[in-house]
Amino acid sequence: MTQFLQQIINGLSLGSIYALIALGYTMVYGILKLINFAHGEVFMVGAYTGYYAAGALGVAAYEQHGQNFPLYLALIVLIAAMAGAAALGVTIEFLAYRPVRNAPRLTPLITAIGVSLFLQNAGMLLFSPNPQRYPAILSEVRFEVFGVIVTNIKLTIFVVALCLMLGLHLFVQKTWTGRAMRALSFNIDAAKLMGIDTNRVIRSTFAIGSALAAAGGILFGLDQITINPLMGVLTGLKAFVAAVLGGIGSIPGAVIGGLLIGLAEQLTAGYLSPAYRDAITFVILIVILLLKPEGLLGVVRVEKV
Amino acid sequence: MRILRRTLLSGLCATAVGSAIGCKKPAEGASAGDGGTEIVIGHYASMTGSTAHFGQDTDRGIRMAIEAANAKGGVLGKKLKLVTLDDRGDSAEAANAVNRLIDVEKVSAVLGEVASSLSLAGGRVAQKRKIPMISPTSTNPKVTEVGDYIFRVCFIDPFQGRVMATFARKNLKLDKVAILKDVKNDYSIGLAAAFLKSFTELGGAIAVEQSYSQGDTDFSAQITAIRGTGAQAVFVPGYYSEVGTIARTADRLGLKVPLLGGDGWDSPDLFKIGGDAINGSYFSDHFAPDVATDEAKAFTANFTAKYGQAPTGLGALGYEAALVLIDAIRRAGKNDPTAIRDAIAGTKDFEGVTGKITIDAQRNAQKSAVVLKVEAGKAKFETSIAP
Repeated sequence: MTQFLQQIINGLSLGSIYALIALGYTMVYGILKLINFAHGEVFMVGAYTGYYAAGALGVAAYEQHGQNFPLYLALIVLIAAMAGAAALGVTIEFLAYRPVRNAPRLTPLITAIGVSLFLQNAGMLLFSPNPQRYPAILSEVRFEVFGVIVTNIKLTIFVVALCLMLGLHLFVQKTWTGRAMRALSFNIDAAKLMGIDTNRVIRSTFAIGSALAAAGGILFGLDQITINPLMGVLTGLKAFVAAVLGGIGSIPGAVIGGLLIGLAEQLTAGYLSPAYRDAITFVILIVILLLKPEGLLGVVRVEKV
Repeated sequence: MRILRRTLLSGLCATAVGSAIGCKKPAEGASAGDGGTEIVIGHYASMTGSTAHFGQDTDRGIRMAIEAANAKGGVLGKKLKLVTLDDRGDSAEAANAVNRLIDVEKVSAVLGEVASSLSLAGGRVAQKRKIPMISPTSTNPKVTEVGDYIFRVCFIDPFQGRVMATFARKNLKLDKVAILKDVKNDYSIGLAAAFLKSFTELGGAIAVEQSYSQGDTDFSAQITAIRGTGAQAVFVPGYYSEVGTIARTADRLGLKVPLLGGDGWDSPDLFKIGGDAINGSYFSDHFAPDVATDEAKAFTANFTAKYGQAPTGLGALGYEAALVLIDAIRRAGKNDPTAIRDAIAGTKDFEGVTGKITIDAQRNAQKSAVVLKVEAGKAKFETSIAP
């Protein structure tokens, strides 16, 4: 029982990271009907931005003296990474997707794969292909509840992810830009006719999605101890499956999908075999596409011909 | 998937290049006879690329041995000349490099490689051209099975697994050990199988066998499962970067038992990634820099004086491989690849840096392994286990 609860805790913290990344996929898809395959790499760049920002703020000195990295500096690291990733996301949109926005849907998809490969290799060139240990921007506190080990890192991951997702929900529902995003996702041409600056709204969508991915990147680094330039490949794919599982285009769906994928992966690894931990995600993808292609919370939309 | 494609591609290239050059008439590539004023020794290694420190350390060791021999007047009245070619850690390039060493540089013997897959690629060429080759550190049993011209001066994986099983059972007096192996890595699978066999034969029990795949970053499911079994230690025969992460995950999830491993742990990155969590763990290796034999002390002192840093196991074994070769050339009495091969095969009780070396009938070195303990971010000599 203890072991089961432990696997659930581990699964929830992993799932929160998937959920944060899945939000970026789902927002972009909701508006542009584009699967942004470079999103996993934005997540990676976010993690590295945090890594270098923490280095610049002198995290090594704190580690050496066994002191805790101050919380306000950790927040600066988080904000720097989110800003860096947002800038990257907006740049990708401007350079790679905007020129092909009105092309057939396959063109932007292939462009996205190209951007993804470019960023992976640029990452290996710039950051070196060797795994790097993530700096302890949050020092670990461990406590035991009925034999289940919970760390402040796992709790933080869960709480930070939850806060960011709640914030996003409020943003989309309550602000003007959020309303414009929803309008775009219904019908981009009609939104334009109503006087909405579509470029600006798309830009903010990429910025927000990328910033959330960067937060996911930092939490991933804290949780998984090392980062490497190819970390976004599999994690990004799993987050994409999470978005599809929840219903692509649906924000609460992405959250539920992410948590479910994290749990499924962890329980498979713990009780079946770690060899199937990646396979289970894609089994879920196949099953959901066969049985409920619109996803758990997705809505069926009639395609007009 | 991309990695797979690259491996496939390089494999294809290796085959193509190997067969193209292998078709040449033997006379064209005949090696240096007895006439020259120097004896040329080839070394192929990953001098650049992601495993660059493997090649560079080994080359430093080899160079030291050759310079020392030349300072004493050379061998058979001739100077030794070392030619090092870079294979960039790529198996196609390794085969190319050995071909070039034989055809262009006319070497009498070849030293290399560290990684078993590269030694296999280079070894096939050396065997075909009947030039003796000594690998300093490839531990996969298949390497010397390539043919009768291929030797090594290190132990092989099954022995390493047995060493850690003996150490866990006899020295640490453990009854129940879990195994966590990398299922994508032949080295890890081989070590795990050897450990399991020896440990159960010695009366111990395996609590559970868990696995991961190279490149995984999340090990919490496996660690949680192991924690539930009450294992007294975990045998993790993997490479250093995953082992470092595993140690930290174990620490974080409250699995407070020592980890045990093999020579794949030997890298400064182990301590960088593992931090405090790796302290108190043990791994088997070829060489302990702090060990107290006179040869080892002298070697460590000379190496440190020359290169400004302490030698790793790779440097020590490179040095030793060159010593065995020089000794064989001296005993062969002539600069002839076949005579040198026979002399290497006859190596017996050769006093090296890492212990006495005897080449057995399978062309592997019979020698003892050391067990190192990690303490305060450093590997320290714990004990030595004979074959």
